[in-house]
Amino acid sequence: MVKRDNAADLMGLLSNGDRDLAAMWVAEVAGSLGSRVGSAELDRELRELYEALVQALRQGAVDVHSEEMSEVRALLAELSRNRARQGFSPSETAISVFALKRVLEPMLENGSADEIPAYLRLARILDGLGLFTIETYTRTRDELITAQAEQLLELSTPVVRLWDGVIAVPLVGTLDSARTQVVMEKLLQALVDTGSEQAIIDITGVPAVDTQVAQHLLKTIVAARLMGAECTVSGISPQIAQTIVALGIEFDGIVTKASLADALKLALRRSGVDMVAHTGTRR
Amino acid sequence: MTAPWTVDEEPRVHPVARSGDLVHVRQVIRVLAQRCGLSLVDQTKLITAASELARNALIYGGGGTVRAGLVEANGRRGVAAVFEDSGPGISDVGQAMTDGWTSGSGLGLGLSGARRLVDDFELSTVPGEGTAVTIVKWAR
Repeated sequence: MVKRDNAADLMGLLSNGDRDLAAMWVAEVAGSLGSRVGSAELDRELRELYEALVQALRQGAVDVHSEEMSEVRALLAELSRNRARQGFSPSETAISVFALKRVLEPMLENGSADEIPAYLRLARILDGLGLFTIETYTRTRDELITAQAEQLLELSTPVVRLWDGVIAVPLVGTLDSARTQVVMEKLLQALVDTGSEQAIIDITGVPAVDTQVAQHLLKTIVAARLMGAECTVSGISPQIAQTIVALGIEFDGIVTKASLADALKLALRRSGVDMVAHTGTRR
Repeated sequence: MTAPWTVDEEPRVHPVARSGDLVHVRQVIRVLAQRCGLSLVDQTKLITAASELARNALIYGGGGTVRAGLVEANGRRGVAAVFEDSGPGISDVGQAMTDGWTSGSGLGLGLSGARRLVDDFELSTVPGEGTAVTIVKWAR
């Protein structure tokens, strides 16, 4: 049985005499990672991995996707996920696997020619495992990014109450369809919850207004109007004003103000509040 | 007009496959515009035009690419960008360039507006094969 022999050869490499390969592996990885991973933790991780790998090879695993490798894959996936969360680079993650090849190299020099095919086979398996760690690493990073994007969506759209009956949404950053949808829903809900009749949308923090952003703004304003509220757009910078004109977007019938302060003044006047400076008070 | 990438290295190709890529394209254009020394108004105009064209490539062209880089001609520097897709193309360019006309659900100002926002604008399209739009904004 060829498979049996293969397994025996690989085992022969990994259980070479009295040398503690696992310890050498840990030392090699620790050298490249520095002190960013606790030595006890690293020792535990790699020894578990080593034992699982020896076990898998004993059972005749031929590559990373073998059924016998499932334990190794699980451990590697956990290791990669941890590294990704701790902010290590992909190379620093994959080195955990590739270091084992480096540890085995000196043995090859001292060993017999018969061991070369076995080493090459093991090297191929380790390459596969290295790629697997990078795949897991990338997937974890993608998950992190998606989660952060969702958090950002939540964070970036507060509706604030400026006065009785006056609410404002300060928009910051890029407005795509998903975000504008959130803004619109929050604004309309806040109009109901606070019983406000004046809403201010402040776009000071929006770097560019293209047709899609403008269309979303217009829709939000029309929807607010249908609910009996009046909307003012504030914070239109000179460059955005010129861009809107060049694009040919019509803001007909929509009240716009240069600053949030002007918009608030207007909203207060519309809701019948007068701001009077006390005579005689020093300012 | 094939944009002559005369300054610096070859332009980099940026994919436009998801709506998240539009943010990336805007950032790339912003960095180029700042390196080229465009005024704040011109930067904003160029970024807005790029946003429109990249979105067109995504929505109507089913995704495509953006190549952007610095160009130089007649002693002036500028930022050029080429938006390409392999979508259905535009059957009536004159109609597509009309303010307020849209085959989708937008305002119908993206393509015509983008032309007014930049200095050079060239559109080449083959129905069934795709559309390429080249824009240049020159520093003053």
